[in-house]
Amino acid sequence: MTDLTPVLSATWGLDRSWNFDTYAAHGGYEAATKALTMDKADIIQAVKDSGLRGRGGAGFPTGMKWGFLPEPDGGPRYLVVNADESEPGACKDVPTMMASPHTVIEGMIITAFAIGCDHAFIYVRGEVVHVYRRLMKAVAEARDNGWLGKDIKGTGFNLEITVHAGAGAYICGEETALLDSLEGRRGQPRLKPPFPAVAGLYARPTVVNNVESIASVPPIIAKGVDWFASMGTEKSKGMGFFSLSGHVKRPGQYEAPLGITARELIEMAGGMREGHELKFWTPGGSSTPIFTDEHLDTPLDYESVGAAGSMLGTRSLQIFDETTCVVRAVERWTHFYKHESCGKCTPCREGTYWLELIMRRLEAGQGTMADIQQLLDTCDSIAGRAFCALGDAATAPIISSVEYFREEYVRHVTEGGCPFDRAAAALFDYDSAPEEAHA
Amino acid sequence: MTYDESTAKQLSKDAAEIIGRYPVRRSALLPLLHLVQSVDGYVSPDGVQFCADQLELSSAEVSAVATFYTQYKRRPNGEYQVGVCTNTLCAVMGGDEIWRQLSERVGAGHDETTPDGKISLERIECNAACDYAPVMMINWEFFDNMTPETALQLVDDILAGKDLVPTRGADRVVSFKETSRVLAGFEDGRADEGVSAGAPSLAGIETAKQQGWKGQDK
Ligand SMILES: Cc1cc2nc3c(=O)[nH]c(=O)nc-3n(C[C@H](O)[C@H](O)[C@H](O)COP(=O)(O)O)c2cc1C
Ligand code: SF4
Repeated sequence: MTDLTPVLSATWGLDRSWNFDTYAAHGGYEAATKALTMDKADIIQAVKDSGLRGRGGAGFPTGMKWGFLPEPDGGPRYLVVNADESEPGACKDVPTMMASPHTVIEGMIITAFAIGCDHAFIYVRGEVVHVYRRLMKAVAEARDNGWLGKDIKGTGFNLEITVHAGAGAYICGEETALLDSLEGRRGQPRLKPPFPAVAGLYARPTVVNNVESIASVPPIIAKGVDWFASMGTEKSKGMGFFSLSGHVKRPGQYEAPLGITARELIEMAGGMREGHELKFWTPGGSSTPIFTDEHLDTPLDYESVGAAGSMLGTRSLQIFDETTCVVRAVERWTHFYKHESCGKCTPCREGTYWLELIMRRLEAGQGTMADIQQLLDTCDSIAGRAFCALGDAATAPIISSVEYFREEYVRHVTEGGCPFDRAAAALFDYDSAPEEAHA
Repeated sequence: MTYDESTAKQLSKDAAEIIGRYPVRRSALLPLLHLVQSVDGYVSPDGVQFCADQLELSSAEVSAVATFYTQYKRRPNGEYQVGVCTNTLCAVMGGDEIWRQLSERVGAGHDETTPDGKISLERIECNAACDYAPVMMINWEFFDNMTPETALQLVDDILAGKDLVPTRGADRVVSFKETSRVLAGFEDGRADEGVSAGAPSLAGIETAKQQGWKGQDK
């Protein structure tokens, strides 16, 4: 059995874990202290050597991304932390910032120092007001303790952090849409290249990293590259959050080496709820093709999950038992992508509209056999043709669910309705046919 | 513009502070729109004009941005923004039924406000709390592990004028306008209220402790 490795979450259970004093009493800011004595290039090299890959979904090597910034030209360079966490299933960054905002602030100080940035931003989704409070307070505390402002700790390094609240739009998690939003515009993706490293915020060199990526930097600096690289697999190193939700006994955040399996994680979570068995699950949020019990022993690292036909994504395991209708689940995700499509490109804007329409009638038992093929054809005209990854993502749950559960789609057609009892899937008891009772 | 003198003065002062946080003025637009909602309870025509004046944009440019984001409301919002997550995970775990019962009790549908201006109901998308499903958000504070009974109780409490206590958040839910002011970047002194984490957030470290795993010391 793989051991869990709580690193970022280690202090979450402490009294007032979000305070500077609590954080500092448990080794907080030791990494930043060390980093400020290091050569900038050595910090970037350490992050490269650690093997840390972006924790926001795409898994791009973090140190390499920092290395893409052009040589300093005297103008500003920016660090933007992506705290938009809105992928269905993803729920790790929000508890991190709630319980230990200083982990993120310390990671930002080290990163900003390494890349030569004196103004950094946290773009946090606007729908979590208490997280925003904790972040603002942490910034104020860091300033009071000499970690932000001018001439930090007498090193001549200056840094300001602005915490910026979004206003409700999943697409703003896409890094270039995020930058447009941070510039006060509609959050729509930009054409790449140029990549943000070259022309990002205000067209200046910019590093955009996920909350967990940045929070992983202090332990790498404090405990060393070898310590980090000793966890995980050859190409997927270190620890990461695995967020379990749904029909398991103890849903929650499980910080473990990459390469752990869903079977191990579900066992740690107490197993499936009593008397039920696993039906399907997402390895990395709703944007990653679903898996079934066939994939319980697939190592949850980038390579193995990819080879098995999905993506590691944000390691968000939404777990459903046999009471769940897969058509209903996918219909709702499809609604989400339609709702969140930014409208910039035709395949996604129009395609998600049609996908939702077809999924709706299939789930309602008003679809035809031809609709199932129409779904796949429509997915085909979106995937690979959309302007950003949201379009592809919209097709992932549909294509994978038809692959594994085609007969369930067929049953909706032949039985003229959904064969499942919704009440059986819920976590509380209720009368499943109240509409009829009222009629 | 129809803001009275003292409101206009305070707005201008706050706007200057917000604009000062950014290297480029226009970046202040999202927080300014939250600020406008903290005064008017929605993005009012006056508010749009105010943002436009502050940032030297046209009101059309401001409206184009405001209408892109779901948190900006085009009609006067209720004192309590009551959201039920009906994205897949929460919906399946019971969010759909909670929504049905709540909507029936409140007498309002998605994006509708009760005539007394107390409650605006909304079906919300995933709010990054799937391990606490089914989830509700009231004025963007977390209400975890909901049932129809606990959800209806919250509505009763709102109508009875009682304080609402989030599962993970401040000691009580503040009004929609007060929430909007925080989102504009003005601290309200409540950061130290509430818990650091709920049980699901701690599930991994509890398991590691029980098993004697010490990943962090390796
Ligand atoms: C539709 C969409 C939504 C995204 N949402 C997020 C998000 O909420 N948080 C995040 O860190 N990355 C998100 N990403 C990925 C970012 O574009 C980007 O890859 C990431 O922030 C880079 O940081 P990392 O290298 O540290 O992972 C999203 C991507 C897409 C296409
Ligand atoms: S794929 Fe969708 S979200 Fe992405 S740019 Fe096109 S319309 Fe916008």
